[in-house]
Amino acid sequence: MEIPYTISTRPDTGLWNAKIGIWLFLASEVMLFGGLFSAYVFLRLDAQPGEWPHGLLNVPVGTMNTAILIASSVTVVLAWAALKMRRYRAYWWYMLVTILCGLIFLGVKLAYEWPQKFEHFGAKIKKEALEKYEPYLGNHRRLEKGLEPRIEISGHLHNPEALKDPNIKEYEIALDPVNAEANNPAMDRPHFLYVPPTDKIVNIEKEDVERATMFLPTHSAYFASYFTITGLHGLHVLGGVLVFIYMWLPVSKKVYQRNPEHLANRVEVCGLFWHFVDLVWIFVFPLFYLL
Amino acid sequence: MDASTSVETHHDPDHHGANHEHHELGWWRRYIFSTDHKVIGIQYGLCGLIFLFFGFNLMMLMRWQLAYPGQPVPGIGWIFAGIQTFLDNHQAAAGQFDYWVWLRGLISPFTKGVMTPDGYNSLGAMHGTIMIFLGVVPVAFAAFGNFVVPLQIGAPDMTFPKVNAASFWAFGVGGVIMLVSFFVPGGAAKGGWTSYTPLSDIADKGPAFHPFFNGQTLWLLGFIFLITSSLLGAVNFITTIIQLRAKGLTWMRLPFFVWAQFVTAFLLLLAFPPLEAAIVMQLMDRLADTSFFLPSGLIVNGAQANISGGGSPLLWQHLFWFLGHPEVYVLILPAFGIVAEILANNSRKPLWGYKSLVFSVLVIGFLSFVVWAHHMWLTGMGTTVSAFFQTTTLLISIPSVIILSAFFISLWGGSIRFTVPMLWATAFLPMFGIGGLTGIPLAFNSADLYLHDTYYIIAHFHYIVAPGTIFGLFAGVYYWFPKATGRKMNDFWGKVHFWPSLICMNVIFLPMFLQGMLGMHRRWYDGGQGWGVGAEHVWGLTGFQWNQPISWAAWIMGLAQIPFIINFFWSIKHGEKVNDNPWEATTLEWTAPSPPPHGNFVTTPVAYRGPYEYSLPGSDKDFTMQNEPVEPTERTRRKPAPEPVLA
Repeated sequence: MEIPYTISTRPDTGLWNAKIGIWLFLASEVMLFGGLFSAYVFLRLDAQPGEWPHGLLNVPVGTMNTAILIASSVTVVLAWAALKMRRYRAYWWYMLVTILCGLIFLGVKLAYEWPQKFEHFGAKIKKEALEKYEPYLGNHRRLEKGLEPRIEISGHLHNPEALKDPNIKEYEIALDPVNAEANNPAMDRPHFLYVPPTDKIVNIEKEDVERATMFLPTHSAYFASYFTITGLHGLHVLGGVLVFIYMWLPVSKKVYQRNPEHLANRVEVCGLFWHFVDLVWIFVFPLFYLL
Repeated sequence: MDASTSVETHHDPDHHGANHEHHELGWWRRYIFSTDHKVIGIQYGLCGLIFLFFGFNLMMLMRWQLAYPGQPVPGIGWIFAGIQTFLDNHQAAAGQFDYWVWLRGLISPFTKGVMTPDGYNSLGAMHGTIMIFLGVVPVAFAAFGNFVVPLQIGAPDMTFPKVNAASFWAFGVGGVIMLVSFFVPGGAAKGGWTSYTPLSDIADKGPAFHPFFNGQTLWLLGFIFLITSSLLGAVNFITTIIQLRAKGLTWMRLPFFVWAQFVTAFLLLLAFPPLEAAIVMQLMDRLADTSFFLPSGLIVNGAQANISGGGSPLLWQHLFWFLGHPEVYVLILPAFGIVAEILANNSRKPLWGYKSLVFSVLVIGFLSFVVWAHHMWLTGMGTTVSAFFQTTTLLISIPSVIILSAFFISLWGGSIRFTVPMLWATAFLPMFGIGGLTGIPLAFNSADLYLHDTYYIIAHFHYIVAPGTIFGLFAGVYYWFPKATGRKMNDFWGKVHFWPSLICMNVIFLPMFLQGMLGMHRRWYDGGQGWGVGAEHVWGLTGFQWNQPISWAAWIMGLAQIPFIINFFWSIKHGEKVNDNPWEATTLEWTAPSPPPHGNFVTTPVAYRGPYEYSLPGSDKDFTMQNEPVEPTERTRRKPAPEPVLA
């Protein structure tokens, strides 16, 4: 018994099975990420003034990752086109580039961007203590200019043991430039290029701190949605890469030798998935990095 | 089957030719890890029916607590009390691993045989979850859909047989996780089947609980598998219906059951992912201490919770009900489909208003996505939002009424045979009617303010799902059983199953409307005894006293399922042997042998006519199957008479 229309198209629909299948799957994926993005909108609209952070992510690295992902979307189309022209060698190379792009993207995310956040520290100051840390917050000036207040002091934590040990009464922080030069108008807007913490060191008393954490998902609604969405997106990238590796390995050459159209269809379907993953990133990038 | 996606020639990529031989599969591949849609359908069906019975048992325990609050539950309560004595004598020493930890989890809903408030919540949450996601959906959508849809459209199998198997096994893993959650410390999830936050975010969390092996987290993990399962199933169903219809089987010749499954698949495809998003976020809340659903300044056990805040409990409700409402139609549409088939078959006349039925089901599918917030009138969304959802909710009753009316009119003038499937199908109509009509007061937010979260709601949706959908499912089991086995289920025992079930269903749920209107809250674990509400007598009993007849009816209904269970398994081997079309039906599944072989049809079916050509004028029998060619004489016969010319 054979399932009809696995490779050739059904005349009245003009489609083969997997093509419908993948579009339906993508519709479902749209709803999944749609749910997460609407949660982002919901939480952001609900946030109190000053609670939604800006400019904490590394924009150049994010831009680079965007470019890498778009490039891989192009190469996967080229790989598919090469198969259609029955040029397996070219297909092999384009596929390799696609896989490498996906791996670089994941590498940058997991080995650089995320760990950089995990090492960063932020302390949300209690309302009654905001005045005490005014030099590092610059709220007087911000209030005059109609900007959202700053309620958090962030930077590099010199004594991480303070997070656990109740006997340590202070956090020792090398300030981020935003807090180091709180009244500098240049700090009103997020920086495009990444700026490391300064060597200006400040001690913050635990008594004045409402909540202090590293930049983990638990830090704020912003980081919660950032890590959740980029994590789920990363899983999709990983899934795509694994499938591409399978199609690039000699196993799939046998499929090609039996029927090149079969492999071309497979690549087309996975390519559609890859474009979708790409598209999700196109939404992630402005929402978290730029806005 | 292994060859289903591989291809050997360039010229004929899809077909190997008629005499293609496939090697015999072993027992495991044929019956357990099968990719055949019929086997998968039966697997889903058996698992689903077992889960339905299990979920029903949880409810029977709860009914004891409601009728006789604070008294040890007979039977299982005594056993658990014994186990508790045993465990108290076998405490693990400090620092030593407690080998009986799983047993302590299992008996945790009871103390000395008496159900605890937490235990009551746990059983209630799992009753809802199991009945809906592990019982009705697998049977209504996955089992009947898998078994019947490819046969009805004349297809050899589903488009993606391996994906189909993956769907079943994802369901299996999800089901096992849900069952395992009964054995963890603290017992299974207690947050209700809706798992409202912030309660479910903080339940079973803390130093006393394992981060993964606690009821609520396992509930969430189980759901991820169940959602994956229905996603894979839905993609497969839609593609199959679009691509594998037999030659000549145009859209308007599809049996109504196929249409119902088609729309259901779309609901599952698009409504489940937002819940998956919500579940991922709740998992993050529980495992990574985020606060997606936790508001700022939340107080837990009298102390400020160590959370970032900034989340929103309402967000969970929106995402949950975005699934939750389409889910209601996932439960009912397959039952509509089954009932439609059986009504047409047993009234021996075409289904009335086939096209309006199809369009109604499509409209329901669309509207079901824009009514979700009518579950949330009490959350303070504001009057504008409420007005919008009130309007859409009333709109969706229109196609539902069209469908029910068309079913009733289909009976008109028919020569009705009251076979066992027909009994269930006809009972479905008034039962669903009661359920639907009692929903209208709930659609108005002014009326709902009073009725919300009372037993009125319980009665309303159970009338739709229990004597509604589940009656439809029983109808389907009796109807398609001969196709799956080649034998019929016993008629007498079918009736012994039917009549007590029908009576008990109504004794259970009708009084609940009264209790609800007396103000009895659905989550009171003592049946309202301690609340002084419902002290008034209605029909001779107070609201609390009504619990006893209801509970007895529930237990009798439990007994009434025993004839079904015996009949079901006995008939597989010993039922009356029947031909391929015992009900003299018209749709394509009855042209296949019973049970259908691998690949389903002996000759590739071709459809020449609509699905319900019963009692065709001038035909020598009262049913004309879809694969019977239209004779030239028939064409002239069916042409309407020319209009008389008026002088």
